[in-house]
Amino acid sequence: MPRFLSAQPSTRLIPLPWNVPLAEWPVEYLVALPRGISRHVVRFIRVGEDVYAAKEVIETAALHEYRMLQDLHRDDTPAVEPLAVVTGRRDLEGDPLDPVLLTRHLSYSLPYRSLFNSGVRPDTVGRLLDALVVLLVRLHLIGFLWLDVSLSNVLFRRDAGEFAAYLVDAETGEMHDHLTDGQRAHDLQIATTNLFGEFCDLEAGRMLDASLSPEWLVESILARYHALWDELTGVEEYAGDELFRIEGRVRRLNALGFDVAELEVDTAADGSTLRIQPKVVDAGHHSRRLLRLTGLDTEENQARRLLNDLDTWRYRNTLQGTDEGIAAHRWLTEAFHPVIAAVPNDLAGKRDDAQLYHELLDYRWYESERQGREVPLTEAVHGYVRDVLSGLPDEVVSSDAMATVEGGRTLANPYDPSQGFEDDEGPMPVDPWETGEEVVANPYLDISSFKKSKD
Amino acid sequence: MATVSFKDVTKLYPGASKPTVDKLNLEIGDGEFMVLVGPSGCGKSTSLRMLAGLEDVQGGRISIGDKDVTDLPPKDRDIAMVFQNYALYPHMTVADNMGFALKMANVPKADRDKRVMEAAKLLGLEPFLDRKPKALSGGQRQRVAMGRAIVRSPQVFLMDEPLSNLDAKLRVSTRTQIAALQQRLGVTTVYVTHDQIEAMTMGDRVAVMSEGYLMQVDSPLRLYDKPQNLFVAGFIGSPAMNLLKGTRNADGVNVGGYTIPVPRDVLAKTADTEITVGVRPESLKIADSGIPVEISVVEDLGADAYLYGIPAGLPDDQKLIAAQIVARVASHQVPGKGKTIKVVPDPEKLHVFSTSNGDRLN
Repeated sequence: MPRFLSAQPSTRLIPLPWNVPLAEWPVEYLVALPRGISRHVVRFIRVGEDVYAAKEVIETAALHEYRMLQDLHRDDTPAVEPLAVVTGRRDLEGDPLDPVLLTRHLSYSLPYRSLFNSGVRPDTVGRLLDALVVLLVRLHLIGFLWLDVSLSNVLFRRDAGEFAAYLVDAETGEMHDHLTDGQRAHDLQIATTNLFGEFCDLEAGRMLDASLSPEWLVESILARYHALWDELTGVEEYAGDELFRIEGRVRRLNALGFDVAELEVDTAADGSTLRIQPKVVDAGHHSRRLLRLTGLDTEENQARRLLNDLDTWRYRNTLQGTDEGIAAHRWLTEAFHPVIAAVPNDLAGKRDDAQLYHELLDYRWYESERQGREVPLTEAVHGYVRDVLSGLPDEVVSSDAMATVEGGRTLANPYDPSQGFEDDEGPMPVDPWETGEEVVANPYLDISSFKKSKD
Repeated sequence: MATVSFKDVTKLYPGASKPTVDKLNLEIGDGEFMVLVGPSGCGKSTSLRMLAGLEDVQGGRISIGDKDVTDLPPKDRDIAMVFQNYALYPHMTVADNMGFALKMANVPKADRDKRVMEAAKLLGLEPFLDRKPKALSGGQRQRVAMGRAIVRSPQVFLMDEPLSNLDAKLRVSTRTQIAALQQRLGVTTVYVTHDQIEAMTMGDRVAVMSEGYLMQVDSPLRLYDKPQNLFVAGFIGSPAMNLLKGTRNADGVNVGGYTIPVPRDVLAKTADTEITVGVRPESLKIADSGIPVEISVVEDLGADAYLYGIPAGLPDDQKLIAAQIVARVASHQVPGKGKTIKVVPDPEKLHVFSTSNGDRLN
């Protein structure tokens, strides 16, 4: 009988076919979603109305990853949510099967392979890399050493005009009090190697824009990482009377989406110099403010956009003198909610609410420009739904059909992109390394045969 | 290729009361396969990571060849950490999957192809080079990953529990392959594991660590035949060595009413009354008189069997906490479960230790 380790136990997990190796699960349990490549057996499974990612992996690794993901979740770091580890599995013959780690499928998420598959503009690739770098810097700030940074191990979500990246694989990760420069450099080296491989693969599959080269892309990751890291942690020195520099630094960090929890300010004994260094920064400056004002839980750039709209709306409705919280509540009930309510139910799976509102604002701006008048919000919603939203693919969970074809080639196994493509070459050559007798895993050190082998 | 040297290397984490690694001195020869082994928290991974440049060093120096690398960033140390990445890219051939990192390092194409071909020959992957990785078995994928590290031809390979995420079967076959490959390549290798069987079967020499200290560094057979202290005696060997605590007398050490003969010159090395005698399971024989053992489990291995028991005649409340005694005997000699037998150690194969400080006496 399998055992379920979970913080939120669910009876819906019990009837699943745990006595079957994950690679052989009947298709009625599976969902073919686009995803990265992996070295373990990974499947998306349907449980009631929900979709979970299931990964079959040895027990120590499964438990370690479950705990790592829990720690990241508790820290509010963008990572998939761990649900359970299923251990004690046995097949029908009674032989043990590896445990399965279950995580919740991240709604509205886009794996890089599906993004590239549908064609990505060069500037979008830059945005994806920015999102990955922000994630890596945030992880490094809290002392998380990833050791397997790659595009396959993140999911992207739309974030206004940008992207937000989420960690999906913490198997190799380690939590430290503080990362050394050597550890960060090592993680970056792994990142550049993995991403170079992934970009070469996209290039070989003709999914990378011809104007982009893998070499240039990985170099730009390093530059982006160092620029952000230095801004968030670097020391600045000024003349002792330039106290306004402190506020300037805080504003720059806020603009990058970070709050400053601790700032170290040293002054020389004679007061001639001022030394500023942020000690603790927290991501989510705008999303926290939006959450506090409206209760809306969004990505950082979506929050920035919505807060700007809130400010404009206050100005238009001459509510500048009103308490910010009250004005926010009115914006929510008079602007945001009516827009979301105007979207037909069957189109609601195409964009999450905040993203939809952001795209509507863009649409309304372009329409106003085009028509030379201010298009009212309600009119803009109908135009947006008709002209834009109805033509977009569903992104709550991306459609099954998208997953099975990549760069014009059909996957050999629609549930596992790591298995290659149908049109790959014929029978396997003989491998002399794998024709020998079966290896027996012996728990003992057989000292007599060991001594013979060393003679 | 190069030697690796740790000189008085110390790692102290901020806030920790004692060092995680305390004055480690270890010389690794050119081309040697050195395994660092020990229980969790013994400092083996930290030592490897200091060599890789991932952990700062608080004291001492680390060199690779003639170069002091103590303060160099990881990328300037000419080392390769193996198996960090073994996802294979589906649109690329096996050859490109092995050689892509060389392309990133701007190695010219002709040189790249040559190095990939050489690695493929070593790994038996030549017939697969032009194929896509589709349908490669777990073992073949693992070999492609090894190829990724080999083509970089670093001075030193570093492997931190590389097999820990593999299932038992793949682990056994991969460890044999790694050891064979390392021998053919002759690249200095430092390998960390908590598994003493892995350590014994793979290493030219094995460094056993405990609580930040190096307990012994020796060939696997020397570790087995001549452990220098109680820790190594108990850690190396599976099933573990029997460590029998007894009281000295004029002729030897009394264990459970039986005197194990120990030469006087050995006993003379300590003033302790309590002495520990170590006996490997295969060095215990069933005899008419000896240490009485009550058999609790018999494990049949075919020609031989392991007998697990506890000293006979103990009161019930001590049975559960009594140290287990294991003997390896021929299957035809196996007594039934619950029986009491008498065992004597082979006098030529005794390991005598001071109980108080753990040092070997003979």
